[in-house]
Amino acid sequence: MITVASLTRTYGAFTAVDDITFTAEAGRVTGFLGPNGAGKSTTMRIMVGLTPATSGTAHINGQRFSDLPNPGLEVGVLLDASAQHAGRTGREILTVAQRMMGLPARRVDEMLELVSLTPDEAGRRVRHYSLGMRQRLGIATALLGDPGVLILDEPANGLDPAGIRWMRDLLRGYADQGGTVLLSSHLLHEIEVIADDLVVIGQGRIVAQGTKAELLRAAGTLVRTHDAPRLATALTASGLSVVPSTTTGGTDALRVDADPELVGKVAQQAGIALAELRAADGAGLEEMFLELTADTQREGAVA
Amino acid sequence: MTTTTLAPAAGRTGTPKPAPSPIPLSRITAVELRKSFDTRSGFWLLASIGITAVLATGAVLLWAPDSELTYDTFAAAIGFPMAVILPMIAVLSVTSEWSQRSGLTTFTLVPHRSRVILAKALVAIGVGVASMLLAFGIGAIGNIAGSAIAGVPTVWDDGFGVLGYIVLGNVLGLLVGFMLGTVIRNSAGAIVAYFVYSFVLPTLSMLLANGQQWFRDLQPWIDFNFAQGQLFNGSMSGEQWAHLGVAGTIWLVAPLAVGLAMLMRSEVK
Ligand SMILES: Nc1ncnc2c1ncn2[C@@H]1O[C@H](COP(=O)(O)OP(=O)(O)O)[C@@H](O)[C@H]1O
Ligand SMILES: [Mg+2]
Repeated sequence: MITVASLTRTYGAFTAVDDITFTAEAGRVTGFLGPNGAGKSTTMRIMVGLTPATSGTAHINGQRFSDLPNPGLEVGVLLDASAQHAGRTGREILTVAQRMMGLPARRVDEMLELVSLTPDEAGRRVRHYSLGMRQRLGIATALLGDPGVLILDEPANGLDPAGIRWMRDLLRGYADQGGTVLLSSHLLHEIEVIADDLVVIGQGRIVAQGTKAELLRAAGTLVRTHDAPRLATALTASGLSVVPSTTTGGTDALRVDADPELVGKVAQQAGIALAELRAADGAGLEEMFLELTADTQREGAVA
Repeated sequence: MTTTTLAPAAGRTGTPKPAPSPIPLSRITAVELRKSFDTRSGFWLLASIGITAVLATGAVLLWAPDSELTYDTFAAAIGFPMAVILPMIAVLSVTSEWSQRSGLTTFTLVPHRSRVILAKALVAIGVGVASMLLAFGIGAIGNIAGSAIAGVPTVWDDGFGVLGYIVLGNVLGLLVGFMLGTVIRNSAGAIVAYFVYSFVLPTLSMLLANGQQWFRDLQPWIDFNFAQGQLFNGSMSGEQWAHLGVAGTIWLVAPLAVGLAMLMRSEVK
């Protein structure tokens, strides 16, 4: 289990990770979803002690990463498949890790076989590896110590469709045996097919989290009115959660976490006339993610 | 590359694993030693120690006048390339974790960076001392062979004390490389810095000492290279040890402490 509590990381005036809190449960695949630059990698680096947090904590099975006596046996980490000495062979990289963890040498062959790197490929220097082969080697390194927790940053990058399928099955099997899997992606559809739980992050903040089923279902109600701020106040006063929605292209729409009937009642009691009231049709997650992505793309276009 | 043939769960099945117990420093050191051999560049850097020792010995045999065929000549000839190669090995053992980015794996397998750095220092010093002993051996063979060929008596003019000073001098040079690697954490930058440190600075210091009386008196205390050089003269007075201590604190110990403190808190990405 991975527990992240109020984690924040700033770079000067810029907040890369902004007060995020979530838990990745054992026996489940948790998808960490967010557009490029959202803060996924920074969060993962903080979890494994490569980047110091500005504030907040991250624990693995209740322990700080740096307190794990032999971390490789408890947490498998793949942050960047290209971050290896280009002059070492794939087999040598695994051997170095195997020795550091104090594992039997045959473990290296088992892992090479598991990730389908042939002896010939394993004997080549990593400089000559494709990104897909590096990902496989990285996954082999992460699995080497048979850890109960996996932290993988965009592991599907560079894999071919068969490779993505293979990894999905591998991680599924891992979680089904009680392992904790946290993997990040910037592609909703890639993570939708594998994750049980989702944590969605944008510009350093968590914008949604829950089980995949919940998030896909809980789209709530879409309501339009000429006095959106007053309706929002009334809905919030009734204990409902309200977010502005851009689906309609205007600023007069709200998405409410309740069914249309309840929203109508609140509006009537507040004496607010509605322009539109309907169920928001499972589009919540996709819409939200598109918005997040569009935000960062807009910034990119300006820069 | 074939794919998708294996049972997905094979990663977690059945392998008996040791109960997590702390990774001993001896194991980290052994792994770091392996890492200094297992790349082509690392291998050839280490091999070049033996190769240049043999070449230097050969050069003395071929070109030195018979009267100079003494152990000191061999030791000096072999010592010169060694004084450049050993610091490079020390630099790269630290900087490659950043320049090659292998630190992402190294420092997640051993999150206490100080232990990794300590292991690297032990390996660098161990390799340095072993290389010097090898070089002395090669030099001794050269000395015996050279005097036999020239028909002159074999002269052993460097005692163990002198050789000890030479080893210490080289270990200090190697630690300067290690310090610069720690402070700069970039292979090219640290290597350039090493050459500035050990060739440009001493020249400036010498020029200044030649022109300025006040600096001439100060030089032994604040010019580390100068203080180190005294080790290679074969004997050390109490004052010379004091010079070495003061200059070493300024140019080696203090920056190393700063570099280590930065390294512990830096991001590895
Ligand atoms: N060392 C750093 N200095 C300044 N900004 C940084 C640094 N590291 C990361 N960032 C910024 O933090 C944000 C989050 O980055 P990252 O965690 O890599 O995002 P993701 O992995 O979700 O794409 C980005 O805007 C990135 O530019
Ligand atoms: Mg990233």
